[in-house]
Amino acid sequence: MTLTQAQQEVVDEFAMFTDWQDRYEHLIELGKDLPLIAPEKKTEENIVRGCQSRVWLNAEYRASTPLSAGTVHFTADSDAMITKGLIALLVRVLNDRTPQEILETPLTFIDTIGLREHLSPNRSNGLSAMMDQMKRYALAYSSKT
Amino acid sequence: MSTSTSPAVQRTFDVEEIRAQFPILKELVHGKPLVYFDNAATSQKPRRAIKAESTYYATINANVHRGVHTLSTKATEAQEAARETVRAHINAQHAHEIIFTCGTTASINLAATSLGQLLLKKGDEVVISGMEHHSNIVPWQLACERHGAVLKVIPITDSGEWDMSAIPARGRNDILTDKTRILAISHVSNTLGTINPAKKLIAQAKKKGIITVVDGAQAAPHLKIDVQDLGCDLYAFSGHKAYGPTGTGVLYGREELLERMPPWQGGGEMIDTVTLEKSTWAKLPFKFEAGTPHIAGIIGLGEAIRWMQDYDLDAMAAHERTLLEHATKELLAIDGLRIIGTAKEKVGVISFVIDGVHHYDLGTLLDQQGIAVRTGHHCTQPLMDRFGVSGTTRASFACFNTIAEVDAMVAGVKKGVKMLR
Repeated sequence: MTLTQAQQEVVDEFAMFTDWQDRYEHLIELGKDLPLIAPEKKTEENIVRGCQSRVWLNAEYRASTPLSAGTVHFTADSDAMITKGLIALLVRVLNDRTPQEILETPLTFIDTIGLREHLSPNRSNGLSAMMDQMKRYALAYSSKT
Repeated sequence: MSTSTSPAVQRTFDVEEIRAQFPILKELVHGKPLVYFDNAATSQKPRRAIKAESTYYATINANVHRGVHTLSTKATEAQEAARETVRAHINAQHAHEIIFTCGTTASINLAATSLGQLLLKKGDEVVISGMEHHSNIVPWQLACERHGAVLKVIPITDSGEWDMSAIPARGRNDILTDKTRILAISHVSNTLGTINPAKKLIAQAKKKGIITVVDGAQAAPHLKIDVQDLGCDLYAFSGHKAYGPTGTGVLYGREELLERMPPWQGGGEMIDTVTLEKSTWAKLPFKFEAGTPHIAGIIGLGEAIRWMQDYDLDAMAAHERTLLEHATKELLAIDGLRIIGTAKEKVGVISFVIDGVHHYDLGTLLDQQGIAVRTGHHCTQPLMDRFGVSGTTRASFACFNTIAEVDAMVAGVKKGVKMLR
């Protein structure tokens, strides 16, 4: 599945919800399912700045093999559940993809699924900061490919 | 609704009549009627204040104190009328004791920079309290750093009040000492709502010859301010938290002190004569008002205050107290909810935390229901550390809020908690 297809899958999933409550309940559930970040990765330097809630994001580069290209593997956590749900969505669409794909594909799904307010340039929410951080990791790893 | 027994010139307090004057209250948020409980961040504005600002631009826009032409005269008159309105509102002795700034932050930076230069030497002490907004901490840290002075802090009790036992009026006093030059304190806490016994502490400081600065940002929208009765040297507040435009603020200063204080920013309007070697300063208040002021905003602020004065401020305060008491009672009934700030004397500000619920999540879910609250540390990180929390959810009321809105918030909180637990 390409990144674009993965985004479309999320959009289709959220299209089932007609009101805000169902949408947010689903988001909170997704947060609960987010694979846990290793406790030793919850370091000060893995904290994403610019979030009112605490967000830890760790990235690892999985080098290319003769059969596959090198990919970026993300794990993350937050102390707030909605934030955790948002990261779960980002991790789901961006995880284990090549740095090139992460860098070249615009992320449009957040806007489409009605969670746009989380992207506003407001100091209190760090979704844009998380997206930027993930892209920065991809950029750093792109030199390895 | 409560009614007042005030003089006939003042209007009876009727919350529906007041609401009708705030155009924004008709807005929908996420398709729901707006419930605005973030007044401590910035209050909404009555139509009269909004109109005063736009009328200035539409009819008399010109720079003040400069031109000989008619518009300049009219703009100057309107701005200076606002200064007189502010003077009367806070009972200052002279209009030239009112300095217009762009907000409380600017007012305190002016005070800290100028007073620092005038008073502080190595080893001197500046005293603040542990509940200050960052705006009344950082400028003093900078001033202390610049002059080698030491910043000392009044501790806060569990109920969110100054620990007055740490500042005994007589005997050994570790806080107000012979080295203390400046006391900078908030009149009302933005996070806790606590109304501080500022007058009492100022009196103690004055006996020791300490210059007193009050951050009145949260008092101005709720309390009758009387700077002469308080006895402070400087008093700072914002227009935008008191029903006026953003970008407006006031620094009141006692004439004699202002005369001695050096200017903060240099530029036009603040000078008497300029040669390339040396300039002399304009008289008060212009010495502290470099550059073109926010004329439209100042005129809007004057109108906002006149609007407030049309009502019985005691009746407004009583209404807000009713909202606070109702919210406190209803919120405390929620399992695991704890109020941060339980002082006896409070304005309509209520900060709370709920076990197992992050304030960011709760704020987001309340917003979906059209309810605007503030979440986070409210620019009081040292206070958050004092209470051992990373942040709170804060509802702050204004005269236009209603009991029905408080009920909507409480229902919204319950719904949010159910979704999050």
